[in-house]
Amino acid sequence: MSLRALRRMAPSAYIWLALAAVYFVVPLFATFEFSLKENKAGAPCCTLHNYGWVLHNGDFWHTIKISFLLAIETIVISLALFVPTIYWVHLKLPRLRPVIAFFALVPFVVPPIVMVVGLLRTFRGTPNWFYGTPWGFLAAAYVILAFPYMYFSLDAGFRSIDVHTLTEASQSLGAKWTTTLFKVILPNIRTAALAASFLTLAIVMGEFTIANLAAFHTFPIFLQYVNESQGFPAGALTLLSFLITWAAMLSLLLVGRKRGGRGAVITGAR
Amino acid sequence: MSYLELQDLHREFGPVKALQGIDISLGEGEFLSLLGPSGCGKTTALRLVAGFDRPDGGRILVEGKDITRVPPNKRDMGMVFQAYSLFPNLTAIQNVEFGLKIRRQDASKRRQRVGELLELVGLGHAADRYPHQLSGGMQQRVALARALAIEPRVLLLDEPLSAIDAKVRVQLREEIRRIQLELGITTLYVTHDQEEALAVSDHVAVMYQGRIEQMGTPAEMYGRPATPFVAEFIGTMNRLEGIVGENGEVRHGDSKLVVEEARSRRPGERVLVLVRPEALELSAVVAGASDEPNVLTGDVLSQTFLGSTTRLKVTTAATTLISDMSSARAEALPVGSRVAARVPAEGVRLLSLPDDGLGFRAQDLEDL
Repeated sequence: MSLRALRRMAPSAYIWLALAAVYFVVPLFATFEFSLKENKAGAPCCTLHNYGWVLHNGDFWHTIKISFLLAIETIVISLALFVPTIYWVHLKLPRLRPVIAFFALVPFVVPPIVMVVGLLRTFRGTPNWFYGTPWGFLAAAYVILAFPYMYFSLDAGFRSIDVHTLTEASQSLGAKWTTTLFKVILPNIRTAALAASFLTLAIVMGEFTIANLAAFHTFPIFLQYVNESQGFPAGALTLLSFLITWAAMLSLLLVGRKRGGRGAVITGAR
Repeated sequence: MSYLELQDLHREFGPVKALQGIDISLGEGEFLSLLGPSGCGKTTALRLVAGFDRPDGGRILVEGKDITRVPPNKRDMGMVFQAYSLFPNLTAIQNVEFGLKIRRQDASKRRQRVGELLELVGLGHAADRYPHQLSGGMQQRVALARALAIEPRVLLLDEPLSAIDAKVRVQLREEIRRIQLELGITTLYVTHDQEEALAVSDHVAVMYQGRIEQMGTPAEMYGRPATPFVAEFIGTMNRLEGIVGENGEVRHGDSKLVVEEARSRRPGERVLVLVRPEALELSAVVAGASDEPNVLTGDVLSQTFLGSTTRLKVTTAATTLISDMSSARAEALPVGSRVAARVPAEGVRLLSLPDDGLGFRAQDLEDL
């Protein structure tokens, strides 16, 4: 927000802004303050010991790596699956949009515990490389979980550009479907694709129910274990995971960002 | 020999017959405008030529080769769209070189060609700007350069000026014509603006309800409309309904018109006498003038000042006439004054009146 925009804000807006800041900052600060304590009688007020414990914990690095790679895998599969599908629906089958939007809402409506039971039964009997590893079963479950976030973000992106005209212009210049998709359409829905990726990353990094019931050792499982067994280091772990997730999002933004042209603007559902 | 041929093209969308047998033949380097009201099928015809849609019947030939089933990316048709179609993520120069990159043209040749084209459309200074940094007119110029870059066999223009303000529109249409003549490129232009079509085209085809009503040079279309619809659509026309009598006479209400073209008509035939506003001579009424043949008397209903000319509406006993005259002369005929409108015997058009009326819906013209 620019200084000029800040100056133009109504006084009531400052109050709401301050309230929102308090709502988000106070828990973070409280967690930080909690994470500086030590579980010993007579220990000094503030210590970074808990952060050291987390950073030297092999399980921390192992589980956060699994969750992060799972998030990347989910993003890649989801984009590869949904971008061409939504493009085709916008271009050739616009009447299917409400149908897909309905299906996209299903992961919101079905509780994760019900979903995981269904998925475990459905995929029972599949090869072990799929059923027994997070890269197969869990990634498949997370693609379903990320469907609504992917769909609604990408759909908003596609609605913000003139898909028909851009496609026809590209084709009239000699481009094939794939060239049109990668050189014309994708760069213009970049912002939407990035938004969808951020949301997916955040979901996968924090997903607990499915991983727990399917008995996979991901970062949220480790977090829960530390939380139950050691209170103060759990605070440090929470803050560190918060920072790492934000750093991951920032790096995604930097990778996806390009100077110059204006990408699609996410306007939300219309 | 024809360069572009559309043979008996048919296209239906459910119950709607968008094209009902279109035949067009265009020579190399010629400029044809498809003109007509909304829903007449002109854009459908253009999209069939571009390959974005397939006809239900008929063929499209370029240089004698059937391209009806050829996909759009293999047709070599340059197209400028009604909507702004520049790729938002690319600069003007990148947009223009897009088609050349697809064709894997050598980088130095590509840059040279793109530079030349941007200069041709007068945008050499804006090569590095993104579409959102360009005005509507500039965007359409870049789109034109982009379409021309691939050296298309046919240039297709789908109402490219409709979203641009009036002054730029006139300027840009003249530039399109200049560039088309300079490059000698065969061009198909879709518009609903008859003034635009008459100003830039070698040939004009007026379409109505999926058919071509008439095709000819702009002068032919204006001076010798073949159907009441074309007469009404191209320019402004006074329509006087009448019945043919003896020796070139046409009875219009209580008035008698002597028209050269009526001499070859069967007495008793119902006809339309078509008179352009500029061909109608108005003068203040003098005693006895109303008995003369070819003179209709009436009252001036309104005056519309158009600069060097003024348009007068005159109500007679049978109809309302429109006359264009010099503004200086129009001052002598104020609103409410009694005037005599003289219909020339020669140079007016006579059309047989179909039994079912005019043969078109007046609403189609009002929508424009």
